[in-house]
Amino acid sequence: MPELKGWKELPIGGLIVEPGNAKQYKTGTWRVLRPVYQPENCIHCMQCWLYCPDQAIVVEIVDGKPKMRGYNYYYCKGCGLCANVCPKSTDPKTKQPAPEEKRAIVMRPETDFAEE
Amino acid sequence: MPLNAIELAKLFHDKNPGITPGHRMCPGCAAPNVVKFALMTAIAKGYHPVVGLATGCLEVSTTIFPYTAWNVPYIHNAFENVAATISGVETAFRAAKKRGEIPPDKKLAFFAFAGDGGTYDIGLQSLSGAVERGHKFIYIVYDNEGYMNTGNQRSGATPPGSDTTTAPVGKQIPGKLQLKKNIVEIMAAHENVYVATVAISEPIDFMKKIEKALEFDGPAFIAAHSACVRFWRVNDDKAVESARLAVETLYWPLYEVERGVYRVTKKITNPKPVEEYIRSQGRFRPLLSRPDAKEIIEELQQYVTSRYERLLALEEITKDKPLRGPWAKEDFQTDEHAM
Amino acid sequence: MPAKQALTGAEAIAYAMKQINPDVVAAYPITPQTPVVEYFAKYVADGVVDTEMIPVESEHSAMSACVGAAAAGARAFTATAAVGLALMHEIVYIAASLRLPIVMAVANRALSGPINIHCDHSDAMAERDSGWIQLWAENVQEAYDFTVMAYRIGEHPDVRLPVMINFDGFIISHGVEVLETLDDDVVKSFVGKPIKMYSLLDTEHPVTYGPLDLYDYYFEHKRQQIEAMKHVPKVFKQVAEEFEKISGRKYDLVEEYMTDDAEYIMIALGSTAGTIKHTIKELRAEGKKVGLVKPWVFRPFPKFELQRILNGRKGVIVLDRSASFGAEAPLYEAVKSALYEVAVRPQLGSYVYGLGGRDITPAHIRQAFEDAFKGYLIADEERYLGLRE
Repeated sequence: MPELKGWKELPIGGLIVEPGNAKQYKTGTWRVLRPVYQPENCIHCMQCWLYCPDQAIVVEIVDGKPKMRGYNYYYCKGCGLCANVCPKSTDPKTKQPAPEEKRAIVMRPETDFAEE
Repeated sequence: MPLNAIELAKLFHDKNPGITPGHRMCPGCAAPNVVKFALMTAIAKGYHPVVGLATGCLEVSTTIFPYTAWNVPYIHNAFENVAATISGVETAFRAAKKRGEIPPDKKLAFFAFAGDGGTYDIGLQSLSGAVERGHKFIYIVYDNEGYMNTGNQRSGATPPGSDTTTAPVGKQIPGKLQLKKNIVEIMAAHENVYVATVAISEPIDFMKKIEKALEFDGPAFIAAHSACVRFWRVNDDKAVESARLAVETLYWPLYEVERGVYRVTKKITNPKPVEEYIRSQGRFRPLLSRPDAKEIIEELQQYVTSRYERLLALEEITKDKPLRGPWAKEDFQTDEHAM
Repeated sequence: MPAKQALTGAEAIAYAMKQINPDVVAAYPITPQTPVVEYFAKYVADGVVDTEMIPVESEHSAMSACVGAAAAGARAFTATAAVGLALMHEIVYIAASLRLPIVMAVANRALSGPINIHCDHSDAMAERDSGWIQLWAENVQEAYDFTVMAYRIGEHPDVRLPVMINFDGFIISHGVEVLETLDDDVVKSFVGKPIKMYSLLDTEHPVTYGPLDLYDYYFEHKRQQIEAMKHVPKVFKQVAEEFEKISGRKYDLVEEYMTDDAEYIMIALGSTAGTIKHTIKELRAEGKKVGLVKPWVFRPFPKFELQRILNGRKGVIVLDRSASFGAEAPLYEAVKSALYEVAVRPQLGSYVYGLGGRDITPAHIRQAFEDAFKGYLIADEERYLGLRE
């Protein structure tokens, strides 16, 4: 929380004049599960980027193409939608969940990362 | 043509499309994606979005003072009046343009977002009035089929058998008894309007419709399937899956109505049984343990099937037969008259 | 040159709005306000103004659209009455709390039920704590003048509040009177360009209107509204002074009529003041030292003016055209509260009159003054003029 301001310091009418300042607000603390990126399996299809409700997928443009570069854990709430829509989460032959080592995104309990 | 995920990522990987992270919607909520898909399309097409919100989850979670998750002009007025409010903003824009206060080539796109409560129920009059008057705006209902912001109460959009706190599945009454109000047809009946249903599982279809709405010479109404993972009692990662299943079972048929001309935009040849959709969500679990569950599901199945058949028939008979032409615009655009 | 015209109050307000040429008018018909928007709609249809008009489907949407338009930097206007105002109620508060200088003319009419279309003040009184500036006109001239002055007051950077112009339904709205109107260009330059702040159309500087404001900030925002109201008297006086220069007509927070040596003073809002002035003349001819105080501004309440004027008088009679069920009538309550702080408190009496359009006559006013002359004013007793027992 920023320091609480007095009434003389605030814009009138409850207006918020700093666009998009919610970006200062950390929602990553909500996470129960953490998506872990396994770049070796990623095909950079951008489905995770498209569907992330919290715009927490880091993308870099390399040679004019977008490349997945992992997560912004400041915002990621751990919903797992990225892993759900990731084509690498499904085995193309069996249509069953792919083994973890073949996936691009694996959901792990946040408690595994408690020390970080 | 709308852009695919790769192209969109190129455009938006380093900027926020109207809505920013740091909002406090539940993890996995579908609504932020509904907003993103709509606003990315508008921005990619060179429009400056101006956003109005009805009171609801999206509104409270994105603007908790002193934070706003909107980096475009935004107004929330009240619950039942987002359409009237945005009609005032849009009218002010036309007035300013007419008076030369805004460059004539500046393109603003006026969006109103509301939940199903703010649309089907308390906001219906305001919405109907604004659409009848022909304001150029895009109204998007993120339909999560209940008053989820206040904790899962029944709305006119709640499906039968769904367990809500104001129409709970009890010992005698099997939850909500009525089918969903057909808001799409109500809005299509305004005739001089572009109306469409969308689902986030079909992003290309979704954004194509937003594009049409942006270019349409009048108001547009978009109904978006929008899973509430919390009160539909599904896992946090299920919003897209449940949208897909809704489309595949015909629970949520994807179609559009442009001035009375119907077009089913995604034909489903072998629909899955609607029961599959019902069984995938915890909100129907109390129903499923009742002896009359079968009847209720069967009624829904019949409704869903016949509605789809009717849509296909309407597509056939309304082809090339718009109810009104673009001439309706002349009634409204007073700024084109010589002053 | 100023011109003499015979107009109804509704027509005079529409005429002033024509001269102002606002950006957006959103309105819905309701008796007895309807002619205001009818006259204005004709100006729009004839191209006399280039205002964009929104013929909304309800008063609720009228105020909602005005909020949207004003937040987009437009000068927005609406007009309503009675249940129409009540239907707006929620948004009336929101308009004030978003600090949008909308102007609304209210043809004061009794609130239902049972339904009644005639004048009383219950509609505006129900909004007295909404955060709107309330101006009260006695006649067609004042209704016109206040309309010309309203945006200047509401849009002032120290104020930024909406303004409600109250004019008695039928009595002023439909009564034809001769008034003096100003030239179009005089009004235009007096009103000037709108002072825009935080426009939704300014896409370079996006603002968020109407966030969720919880216990950590809501109170501070309310405090700002309280402060804005405190600035109104100063701004009103400035605008009135300038208005006097173009019109020759002098306004203040309250009008005083024959109060200098008055021992007994009556207080009333709106058109009844005309009847009171007539009666005062008669009583003066009989040697009675009587006078009238008429608040032109009811919100903010002109407490200091009333204290100054009423201190030490023998009797003060407050006339209310609305009741407050279970409490004292609104104008009386406010006057009584103001008098708590004066050095020499007068005798005080409360008279409710004219509900649902019931006529008030000089005989009724004389009756109340007679009570005062007899020393028969009881602060804790509400009396009724023109009511059958």
